[in-house]
Order: sequence, then C-alpha cells, then structure tokens
Amino acid sequence: MLELRKDIFADERDDNLKEIGKGTQRQDMLGHVTGTSAYFDDHKLQGMLHLKVLRSAHPHARIRRIDTAEAEHAQGVRRIIRGSDVPRNLNTLLSLINFGKDDEPSLAVDKVRYKGEPIVAVVADSPREAYEAIAKIRVDYEPLTAVFDVEEALRPGAPVVNETYPKNTFTYHERYDHQKLRFGDVERGFAEADHVLEQRYQMSPIEHAPTETNGSIAAPDTNGRYVVYTSTQALFFSLDTCAKILDVPSNTFHFIGGTVGGGFGGKVDTLTEPLAILGAMLTGRPVRYVLGREEEMQYGPPRGAERIYIKDGVRRDGRITARQVRAYFDSGAYTRLSSYAVVKCAAHLPGPYTIPNVYGDIYCVFTNRTPATAMRGFGVTAMDFAIECQMDKLAHLAGIDPMEFRLINAYRDGDMKAHRREAKNTALVECVQVAAEKAKWPLREEFKRMSSRKDGGGSRAEIPPTSREPAASRATPAQQRTSYDRGLSVPTHDQRPVAPPPPAPPPPASSPSHGATRFSSVFGTRRR
Amino acid sequence: MAKTALQFRHNGRDVAIFVDGGVNLLVALRELIGDMTPKFGCGQGGCGACSVLVDGELHLSCLTLAETVAGRSVETLDGLKEGPNLHPLQRAFADNFAAQCGYCTPGMLMAAKALLDHNPQPSRAEVVEAISGNICRCTGYEPIINAVLAAAAAPRARA
Repeated sequence: MLELRKDIFADERDDNLKEIGKGTQRQDMLGHVTGTSAYFDDHKLQGMLHLKVLRSAHPHARIRRIDTAEAEHAQGVRRIIRGSDVPRNLNTLLSLINFGKDDEPSLAVDKVRYKGEPIVAVVADSPREAYEAIAKIRVDYEPLTAVFDVEEALRPGAPVVNETYPKNTFTYHERYDHQKLRFGDVERGFAEADHVLEQRYQMSPIEHAPTETNGSIAAPDTNGRYVVYTSTQALFFSLDTCAKILDVPSNTFHFIGGTVGGGFGGKVDTLTEPLAILGAMLTGRPVRYVLGREEEMQYGPPRGAERIYIKDGVRRDGRITARQVRAYFDSGAYTRLSSYAVVKCAAHLPGPYTIPNVYGDIYCVFTNRTPATAMRGFGVTAMDFAIECQMDKLAHLAGIDPMEFRLINAYRDGDMKAHRREAKNTALVECVQVAAEKAKWPLREEFKRMSSRKDGGGSRAEIPPTSREPAASRATPAQQRTSYDRGLSVPTHDQRPVAPPPPAPPPPASSPSHGATRFSSVFGTRRR
Repeated sequence: MAKTALQFRHNGRDVAIFVDGGVNLLVALRELIGDMTPKFGCGQGGCGACSVLVDGELHLSCLTLAETVAGRSVETLDGLKEGPNLHPLQRAFADNFAAQCGYCTPGMLMAAKALLDHNPQPSRAEVVEAISGNICRCTGYEPIINAVLAAAAAPRARA
C-alpha cells in the first residue's frame, strides 16, 4: 500500500474533500464571463502571416504533378510549403509511445487517401491572399478506386488505402491484423442456449463540431525557439509530435494553451501546429493556421464509424451462455488513435456482465474516409450501444424484465472476467437498482436484495478451458434463431415476427429499501 | 486595395479605422480594434459566437459589413462590465455555472443583454427564444437559461 506523505503538504492543502453538494466555482469562470479568457486565436502578433492549405479534391488518387509556379508569384504570398519541405513528412500520433508505424504525411506527396487531405500550404499576408494563391495551384491527379466500407476494404482485391498497411488493417504486435479475445467455448455456450440471437449494429462517424475551430499561431522567439498558441487538448503530446515532425529538440517550443473552445476529442490530432511552426521557421514571422468551419466539419477528424456483429446465446432462466462479437472500426485513411480504440473495445468485452464463453475479433480498418480520432469513450461507446440494445432484445426473447435481466447477468465481486482478471469493486447491480428506483421501475424483492458483494466467485471465478478452434467452423446449433431487423446477414427459414418489447409497466409505489443508501455505502467502505 | 475610413462608437468610445472593402465587423473588431471578445465560430451566421449589439439591436458581426456601422454604436462583451464591477448578467452567469468552455459565452451574454434591455422580465420561453441563435456545444443551455432568469429577477440599479 502506497503511503502518501501528506504532512509535507499540510499547509498547502485542506484534506477535507467533502465537496459534494457544495457549489465550487471554476477557476476560469471570471475570464469566461468577462471575455478575457485567452483562446489561441485571441493573440494578435506584429507582422502575423496566414497559412491555408490546398486540400485533395479526391478521396483516393495518385498525384502526378503539382504546379505552384503561378501561386508563388501571386499577390501577398510569402512562402509555398510542399511535402518535401517538411523535415520528417511521415508520422503516426502514437509513435510517441512506440505504438504503430509512421503512416501519415503532413502534406501529401505521392498519393491522397481521403478527400480534403492537405497537399500544399500557402503562407500569405492575409487569409484572402492565401486562398487566392491556392486557387492558382494546379494538381494533376490520377483518380484511383476508393473504398468507403470496412468490410469491402477487407475483401481480396480491395484497393490498398495506405501502403504502410497493405492489408487495410492495423498491425498489432508486428503480426496480427486484429485484436482477439478468447474465453471458454462459445460453440458449447450456444449449444446450451435456448435462444441464439445474431444482430448487426452500425454507428456513423460523428463530428465534434466545437464552436472554436482547430488552429494555432506559431511565432519565432529569441534563442531560436518558437512560441505556439494552440487549441490543442493535448499540449505536451502536440509539442512532442511537432518536435518529431520538424526534427528538432522538444525544448525548441513553448506551447501555450489550455483554454480550449470546446474539444470533445477533436483537438488531439496535432492538425495545425506542425505547419504553423514550419511556416514560422521558413518566413521568420508569426504564422496563424486556423481551420474554417467547413474544414472543421468536413476534414476535421470525427469519431470513427463502427460496425458490430453480436451473436449471443441465452437460456430461459435469463443467463447468457455465450457472446461472440465481430467488430470493425473505420479508421479512415490513417491510424491516428483508432488502433488504441480497438484495444479498448476488446478490453471492454463482454460488457459489465459475467458470461462464461466469450469470443471477440476486433479490426482496425483503413478506408478512404476522413481519419477518425478520439471522442468521449471512443472504442467503448458504440460497443456499449450495441451490447445494451442486444441486452434488451435478449431479455425480451427470454421473457424477462430488462432491468432484472441485467441484474441476473451483472458481474459480481469475485467473478472471472473474460480477460482472466478477477472482478473487483463491481457496482453494476447497485447502479441498476438505483436507476430502477429513480425511474420508478418495479423490481421484484429478490432483485432488490441482490448485491455486487453476494453470489460472485465460486464457479463464476473459474477460467474455462478455451477452445482453439475457429468458432464459426462447427455445426450450427439447433435451437430457435430469431431476427429482429432486416440487417440480419443470414436469413433463416423459421423466422417469425417478434412483437416489440412490452411497454413499461405502470409505476407502483416503490419501497426505498434498496439503492442509493446501499450504493453509497459500497463506495464509503471501499474508497478509502 | 483601397481602404475606407470608418468611424463608429465602440463600447461608448469613438474609434476610427481604415477597412478593406468586404471586411466584416467581426474582423474589424478583433484585428483592427483589438477587441477579442466577439468570437469566430462559423463565419456564416450559424453559431452566434460573434454576437454584438449595434444601436442596441443584436447583430451577428461575422455577417455585418464593417462599413455599415459607420456613425453607429457597437457594444461588445468588452463593454459590459460596469467599471470594476460585473454586470448583473455576468454575475448571474458565474453564479449559475453558465459557462463551460466559455467560447459561446460572449455571444450568449450579448444575446441576453439584448433581451433584458427590451424585456426586463422575460418568461423562460422568451429566454429560450432569445438565445436560440447561439450554439453551446458543451450543451450547457439549462444553466444559461437559469442565469438569464436570475439576472432578470435580481434587484439592481440598471445602468
């Protein structure tokens, strides 16, 4: 147990952390209401120039020739920057933690891999002059077949999006094209089930749409250093990324940020800083590179699309016997952070439930779409959406109340998780109980008495023998298969229409004998 | 490019600048006057972050040609404080936790001021209507609505 030497800081910090229920003002509130909080774009620097980029008109094309001759002589142009001007024109964000291969140029050279990919940067006296010069640049493209669908991208003969990953999948541990989870034997689990339900779920890309668009201002400082005002959500991460791309030591830069006009995950990709700094290096003047609204919405990275197939087996008594998941993350044309989202997704299976047989294959797939990035729980959010939709459908199939169905399957302390780690400090049972009480949803007495600290472990703590056979290769079990929607990939002859889940029963007077009190006591005793 | 001389009142003070043809009021305020309180969010009248008052009426400065405010009075968040003291709206926004990232706050406050100047005791529906042109992507609308109602209810000597 780590002992904190709080006595050293005794005069600096009040150890009373009982803040819940008290209003505590944010430290930046007065700046916000007086308009004096300094966002990156609120810095007006003497002699500042403006950088804009020419973006690809095609989702996938070879670049035959770039002609900037006319643009170079356009009014107000100070400098044209091409890929060959970028010291290390290939990077991947997570290379800073040795995860993944460099796969993305700052400015495209041989090929463009998504519509809107930057090709040439123009630094000019005004944004308008930069745009006028960009209109004078001629790019000779050879359009290539594009692929926009994750499963099409994995078919034999699909166009290769990113030559760094010729199979259109991210490579894990230098050899694997996806993340696997294997626990028990799902085929045996399906055979033991009374119902098997296979469903397809799809989530579209989501743009963060922050009110402040991505941008940065870089200015030469004394001693060969550069001051960078930036909208980034990841200040030191961006600083180190710039140091790598521009091939200089990190202490070349003084990054100033922290006041961000809305981020939500869309400002971690170091989109603008490398070119703004390079512009400042090449011109010796402050350079501002800000995305317009259309650029932000169209070419700023979104939450990636996900396609998820889930096949579950459930018994009449409500226990889920097996869960098999195949999921595809649409990374877009480059890795950015999607490789990590896939790891998180695999680590999240099978959700907060104790299921004795779990099988997962999760792919990070490259397509000719805008590269995806972080957004609020990426890797987990869409999978939770799919899992919880699935839980409602399974409850309906088993004829069990959906809240009680979750309580039956919820993990408890001492259970073995599919990752071969013992479940500790679980609280799903209490969460469901509190949610039911707040929603005035009736739970039967035995469900109100359930606890995360009871009935776990024992046989639920065992690690089952894990089947090494591919799950799909064995005989189809004979139990009833049900389809809910037209997305089911394999139609079966015994399909029958299924009524929608019954409406919520009328709220009865619920007894407050469970829920909040016990819930807080759980944390009260455990979080010391 | 020929520049046009432009004079107007900015938060009660006379200012004179030279603007290029086609420059909008947002750029004029931020880059020529140095008032950074109006924010750029979209440049197309969709978000309200650049809201200012022109002769007491709410305007989107990104869609207002700078030359059209010649001889008129422009108010921004920079002029809202009453000397060293917060305006009741600013106080109410702070007390009601009505800012998260803060980027929409200048526009929200100007929209709220335009409302209270015309209608000192608005209903909740009128407050919602008044800020309906201002996007808060942190989705903190409830505290913002509460703040405007609190400011309207607060006893005070309005300037």
